Amino acid sequence: MSELETLRRKIRMQAISISLAITPFGVAFGALCTEAGLGTWEALGFSSLVFAGSSQFAAITVLAEGGTIMAAVIAGLLLNLRSLAFGVAMAPSLQGSLLWRAITSQLMIDEATAVGSSQESHSLRRYGYIWAGLSVFVLWNLMTWVGVTLLSGTGTLIEDLGIDATIPAAFLGLAWPKLSSKEHQVIAGVGAVVAFLLVPFVPPGIPVIAAAAAVLLLRPWGKRGSHE
Amino acid sequence: MSDAVVVMVALAAGTYTLKAFAPLVLSNKRVLPDWIKRFAMLLPTPLLAALVITSTITSDDQIIFDARIVGVVAAMVALAKRVPFVLVIVIAAAATALWRLIAGL
Repeated sequence: MSELETLRRKIRMQAISISLAITPFGVAFGALCTEAGLGTWEALGFSSLVFAGSSQFAAITVLAEGGTIMAAVIAGLLLNLRSLAFGVAMAPSLQGSLLWRAITSQLMIDEATAVGSSQESHSLRRYGYIWAGLSVFVLWNLMTWVGVTLLSGTGTLIEDLGIDATIPAAFLGLAWPKLSSKEHQVIAGVGAVVAFLLVPFVPPGIPVIAAAAAVLLLRPWGKRGSHE
Repeated sequence: MSDAVVVMVALAAGTYTLKAFAPLVLSNKRVLPDWIKRFAMLLPTPLLAALVITSTITSDDQIIFDARIVGVVAAMVALAKRVPFVLVIVIAAAATALWRLIAGL
């Protein structure tokens, strides 16, 4: 097996594991939709057209709690502001025709960016992004449908099986290889600390943006001679 | 149209704008300033680090320190021992579930 194929195989494994990790949350989202009075097609509309897990949860929760349309949309958008930063990170690897960029942009979610951006070359980044994005898209919608169909009743299964810990573990696993360089250790530390300190005080989604902004302020690219 | 459909359409339009902005506006400009390219290369690291933190300590918009921390620490140990990615995920879930079972947190 060629070295490239070995790498690609590894990336496909990462993509499939991370999309399996989110499946219980897809079921939970479907169940939440049912509780909020949404029908099957409405729930699937959210999971395919919005396709941003935390934003979907936030918007439906606000609606279910009797919030206004405006409040639901704003809550959802605030959580998704980070995809603007993901776009900046992934854009150089997603070059192509306007149509190609327009379609692949819909996959700009945490998991696709995480798997994509942790690869070495632009072509592998694109490969990881598409694989993770598509596998999450398919499983997320399938599981939303399962959740709506089975009504609620997932209860505490996610917690009992420790599945809620698989998401941070997956993000950690993707960040890990980068942490061999001193520079990345520093900015990872800064990002983690900034996020940790802000979580209690700002709406969800903002700590992640602030962590990225903090690195912008550090201006590490000004230091010549540091490796990538 | 139900409220949910209005929210869905507005949110879909908004999130798509955020997702597609950089790829559509920046992507084919091959002469991006150096600092933007450098920033884009470094960006994933703080983003991932922040996602690890937020997904470990928040639940339904609340800060909750619970057994997930045990799972993440277990994942860290597994990663340090060069365990494959899939197993790291399984180990994190198992450690968390076990801790909840024993400590009830």
